[in-house]
Amino acid sequence: MSDLASESRASEVDDFPPPVATPASPRRIRINLRQSGIYVAFAMIVVLFTVLTDGDLLEPGNISNIIVQNSYVLILAIGMILVIISGHIDLSVGSVVAVTGGLCAVLTVNWGMPWWLAVLVTLATGALIGAAQGYWVAFFGIPAFIVTLGGMLVFRALTLTVLGNQGIGPFPNEIRTLANGFTDGYFGNVGLGPLGGADIVSLLVGILVVVGFAFVQWRTRRGRLGYGQVVDPFPLFAGKILLAALVVMFVVVQLARFRNLPWVLVLLAVLVLGYSLMANRSVFGRHIYAVGGNLQAATLSGVRVKPVTFWVFVNMGVLAALAGVIFAGRLNQAGPTAGNAFELDAIAAAFIGGAAVQGGVGKVIGAITGGLIMGVINNGMSLIGAPSERVMLVKGLVLLAAVAYDVWTKRRAGTVR
Amino acid sequence: MSDEILSMHGITKSFPGVTALRDVEFSVRRGEIHAICGENGAGKSTLMKILSGVHPHGTYSGEVVFDGEVCSFSGIRDSEARGIVIIHQELALVGQLSIAENLFLGNEMARRGMVDWNRTNHEAEKHLRRVGLHENPVTQAGSLGVGKQQLVEIAKALSKKVRLLILDEPTAALNDDDSAHLLELLRGLREDGITCVVISHKLSEIIAIADTITILRDGRTIETLDATDVTENRLIAGMVGRDLEHRFPPREPHVGEEVLRIEDWTVHSPTIHGRVVVDRANLSLRRGEIVGLAGLMGAGRTELAMSVFGRSYGVDISGRVVKDGRVIDVRTVESAIRNGIAYVSEDRKRYGLNLVADVKQNVSAAGLSLLSKRGWVNDNEEVSVAERFRKALRIKTPNVQTGVQTLSGGNQQKVVLAKWMFTEPDVLILDEPTRGVDVGAKYEIYTIVNSLAEQGKSVLVISSELPELLGLCDRIYTLSAGRITGEVPRADATQERLMRYMTQEVGRE
Repeated sequence: MSDLASESRASEVDDFPPPVATPASPRRIRINLRQSGIYVAFAMIVVLFTVLTDGDLLEPGNISNIIVQNSYVLILAIGMILVIISGHIDLSVGSVVAVTGGLCAVLTVNWGMPWWLAVLVTLATGALIGAAQGYWVAFFGIPAFIVTLGGMLVFRALTLTVLGNQGIGPFPNEIRTLANGFTDGYFGNVGLGPLGGADIVSLLVGILVVVGFAFVQWRTRRGRLGYGQVVDPFPLFAGKILLAALVVMFVVVQLARFRNLPWVLVLLAVLVLGYSLMANRSVFGRHIYAVGGNLQAATLSGVRVKPVTFWVFVNMGVLAALAGVIFAGRLNQAGPTAGNAFELDAIAAAFIGGAAVQGGVGKVIGAITGGLIMGVINNGMSLIGAPSERVMLVKGLVLLAAVAYDVWTKRRAGTVR
Repeated sequence: MSDEILSMHGITKSFPGVTALRDVEFSVRRGEIHAICGENGAGKSTLMKILSGVHPHGTYSGEVVFDGEVCSFSGIRDSEARGIVIIHQELALVGQLSIAENLFLGNEMARRGMVDWNRTNHEAEKHLRRVGLHENPVTQAGSLGVGKQQLVEIAKALSKKVRLLILDEPTAALNDDDSAHLLELLRGLREDGITCVVISHKLSEIIAIADTITILRDGRTIETLDATDVTENRLIAGMVGRDLEHRFPPREPHVGEEVLRIEDWTVHSPTIHGRVVVDRANLSLRRGEIVGLAGLMGAGRTELAMSVFGRSYGVDISGRVVKDGRVIDVRTVESAIRNGIAYVSEDRKRYGLNLVADVKQNVSAAGLSLLSKRGWVNDNEEVSVAERFRKALRIKTPNVQTGVQTLSGGNQQKVVLAKWMFTEPDVLILDEPTRGVDVGAKYEIYTIVNSLAEQGKSVLVISSELPELLGLCDRIYTLSAGRITGEVPRADATQERLMRYMTQEVGRE
């Protein structure tokens, strides 16, 4: 305790109660639990369904399936978590998926535009859609719930106008490959003993990812040490990296045994990495958290809150268009009912992944984990032959439980003071 | 029946870190108008909240005796059942409902769950007549002016068969005509045998209307006076006390040349059309100087500060801000920060902190540009900066990754100060820097303010606590009804003098 403070205390404090002490250690443990609870839950769900399905869940083909089937929801979840962190919501993404998928189909199939140009135009259109909605939310001050509810109807209507009652297809091969295809086995296969043959390129990519991850972690740790900060003790640090490496290598080996790496997994990996970095380390990312955490405080700290909100919606539009292209490409057809209720899956993924309803809290990797939790529940339950209404029931309860847990930890934190 | 309708004995009430009331004695005679005076934070409102059950029985110690019976109210309904009604400073009418609906809100004239509108409106009209308000009871309450809304509140109290009416600053938002009408109405109620307790800052008004006056200071009863031959000076002396304790760190001022000058600054209210909140204010700050801005609640202190800081308050703002001899742009918060101005809000939870974020993110919130290159934040540097401030300002937290929500009020305030000190401002505006902060932390915050001045920064301190301004500042401006009514150097400043300027009535055009 400082001299100054103890002096003042000696002269004054007789009449006053002592300042409230800050309970340090129990709180820290709870924060950690709150942040890591989602990963523990994911691991438990994976184990549960592995047991229930006699290991079918982790079969090479099934892992590949889970990734490809959920890719568009995961892409939407990345955009949605940013929207939710900024304190808003986007109900229109399902309809945007439909309208952009339809646009991409018209451009490539009907007009014969080159696939890459069509994708670029579609993404730009997604940006415009996001900008249109972001304008009303950010600069006009209409609640996002209303704006995007309107958008949900408007863009569904546009889809129906463009497509009528039928779908348009088939898509060019490149788009289908992006959505549904796998990397080529340039170097052939290698025998893995009892596991059979596996694609060399996939294995090399996996090893590269693990080494790269370990290197980045090590460099971050060295940087923190250089600044004299407290870091995890070395065994814990090494253990974490080892665990991550094992999980990555397991998935990669399984994929390599099946049909190499899905292109959409590569795309997802790049997006997750890029957006995590943006959210944590860029000024723009920090501003998103500040705006969602306390709008007035952010305003009074010189954050230009309106442009921040606007760009978050533009970004959501682009990612929705990307999801639209991939979804249409996977079905090889753009249909009028595409993307139905996708917004609910994306929002559920974000909240299961630890986003706070009031905004200001959440992580990209959390939303991805939330999306995977739902994907594994979907997949696992269909493997054991559960009817779809029961899948829906379980997903609903999981969402409620996740948010209840979040509110509960927050209330406990609130009673500390 | 005893002569006293109410007596409160030994009332003590604590909030975390602060004792708001200490052993307060307060008694009111039947059928009188009893005024309570005291500075902001003296405990007047807290005392009335205990009386009306807002602070329920059990959250304070002491005894409330109403009409000869010991009372233990557990909520506002209990006190209203006994005929005690409080009208708060912020009027509590629902603007979208009609006058009649407001009058009987929570007390509806209903039969078997269905509202009897004819009876509601008829009864409402009777009560409105009694307070001299000639309005149709189906008129929307929100369409009335503040003065008339105040009358609706009183009518609402009358509808509850009020026996003791408590008014918290009833005339603060009224013009002279409405005030006069209200005071006349209170006299009328006294004739009808209704006892009134009035909290007011307007001393002339108190002397004009009250029979008895009780003065509170620092949460204690100072004295109870007969209002017949009391003067304003006598009241002021009671309110401010004479003793200035040694609760300020010593400081040797080194005041330099002028840094900031605010000229003819006028601000209009964003909610009430045409109302002037700050009226042609002029003030200046010099290098290394700590300047105080004193004023009662509603005088326009915060409004002045926030309008200067990036037009964060008010509309139709005119005037100039001159820094180092050059007119600067303060139209946005960004430009104000860029021009070296920082504003620490009086309401740190609403305007100062991101409560869901941790200490380091709050410290860096206004100065991210100093921590980033090409849009990317150096998070190691961020931790170092936060650590530096944690040590320098003695922020009590296990580490800078701790959620700021878990910190005590004083430490949260230090986090906000750190945030603004990190932007390296030349001018800091500190709005109520020690509100809700315990005495030990107050001393530390004063020390920080002193060291800022020592570094050559100019500090403008807004405070409701006159002793704080006297202990801290080199020069003090007083603000009353949006106007600067005085400028007093430290040597000549006394609480009596400041209080006189602060309560000086300014004619409004």
